[in-house]
Amino acid sequence: MNLMQWFRFASPQSFYPLAGRMIPWFWALAAAFGLAGLYIGFFVAPTDAQQGEGYRIIFIHVPASWMSMFIYLVMAFWAGLGLALGTRLSAMMAQALAPTGALMAALSLWTGALWGKPMWGAWWVWDARLTSELILLFLYIGFIALQAAIDDPRRADKAGAILALVGVVNVPIIYFSVKWWNTLHQGSTINLTRAPSMAQTMLLGMLLMALAFWMYSIAAALTRARAIMLERERHTEWVKHAVD
Amino acid sequence: MKPRHKRIALIAGGLASLGVAAVFVLKALDSNIALYITPSAVIAGEAPQGKAFRVGGLVKPGSVERRGMTTHFIVTDTVKDIPVTYTGILPDLFRDGKGAVVQGRLGADGSLIASEVLAKHDENYMPPEAKHAIDQAQRAQNGGVTK
Repeated sequence: MNLMQWFRFASPQSFYPLAGRMIPWFWALAAAFGLAGLYIGFFVAPTDAQQGEGYRIIFIHVPASWMSMFIYLVMAFWAGLGLALGTRLSAMMAQALAPTGALMAALSLWTGALWGKPMWGAWWVWDARLTSELILLFLYIGFIALQAAIDDPRRADKAGAILALVGVVNVPIIYFSVKWWNTLHQGSTINLTRAPSMAQTMLLGMLLMALAFWMYSIAAALTRARAIMLERERHTEWVKHAVD
Repeated sequence: MKPRHKRIALIAGGLASLGVAAVFVLKALDSNIALYITPSAVIAGEAPQGKAFRVGGLVKPGSVERRGMTTHFIVTDTVKDIPVTYTGILPDLFRDGKGAVVQGRLGADGSLIASEVLAKHDENYMPPEAKHAIDQAQRAQNGGVTK
C-alpha cells in the first residue's frame, strides 16, 4: 500500500466509518483483558509479604498512572501535529484524548490516596511524584477548559495545542521524580534495564490490567473522536449521509 | 522555507528552550523538592532551626521501644543516627529495618520530637513464602560468615 492511501484516513470523512468498525473490537478486548487481569489480581496473585492484601491496589493504580502519562504524550503529539500541519483530524484526536487522560490521572491520585492512608500513614504528601501527577491532572483540566472557552474551533485548537506542548515537560518529571529526589513514593518496580522486582503472577495480573486500560482508552477516545467529528463537520455532506 | 516547515521549526525550538528552562528551574529548586533530609544532613546542621522538617531513613533494627501510645526509635542512614519520640498511631508498614519519613522538631538533646511518622516502603513485591526463603538464606549466609 503506498503512502497516499494511508493519508486517506487522515480525513474525518474516511476515518469516521473506520473508527466505527474498530471500536467494538477494542471494547471486547478491554473486557477480556480486564476480566483476566482482575481474576489473576484477586484470586491467583499471592499476598504481598510487606503490604498484605493492600498491595492489590496496584492492579488499578499502576495501569492508570501509566496511561495518564502516556495519553498525555499522545495528546501532545496530535496537538503538535495539528498545530504544525493544520490537519483537522489531529486536533480532534487531541481533544478526544483529554477527558480519558484526566480520568486516568484522577484515578491514579485517588487510588494512591486510598492506599497511602493505611500504608504510609497519610492521604497525601507534597512529594515530587504526587505533586507532579497532580499538575498533570490540572494540565488535562486546563486543556479541556481552554478549548471549551474559545468558540472558534481553529483558535481553540491552537491555544490548546500550545498548552499541551508546554505541559509535555511535566511527563519526564513525573516518571523520573522518584529517581531525582527524595520522595515518599517508592521507586519503579518495572524497569527497562533490569528484571522487575515483583512476583511473576502479580506482574502478569498488572500487565493484563495495563492492556485492559489501553484498550479501554483507545475505545473511549475513538468513540469521543467520532462524536467530535460529527459535531465539527455538521455542515458537510458526509455527516448528513452518516447520520441518515 | 514553507510556512509549514517554519511552524515545525518554531515548535521544535520552543519545546527545546522550554526543556532547558525546566531543567534550570528544577536544578535551582533541587533541595526544596526533596521531601526529607538524611540523618547525616541533620547532624551536619543542615536542618532548619526551630522549624519542623522531615528526616528520612531506615528504622534502626532493634531500636523500636513502645510505651503505651509513645514510641521511641532511631532513624538511621547507616552512617548517622537520630533518636525519635512519637506519640500516636504508626502506619501499617512501619517496621524494624524498613524506611520511614519522620516530621518533627529537634529537641534540646538532639532527638527529634515527631508530629508525624510516615512509612516508606520499597519497590519489591513478593509472596510471604518467598520473603521467608530470602530471610532464611540471608541468615544462613550471615551465620556462615561469623563462623
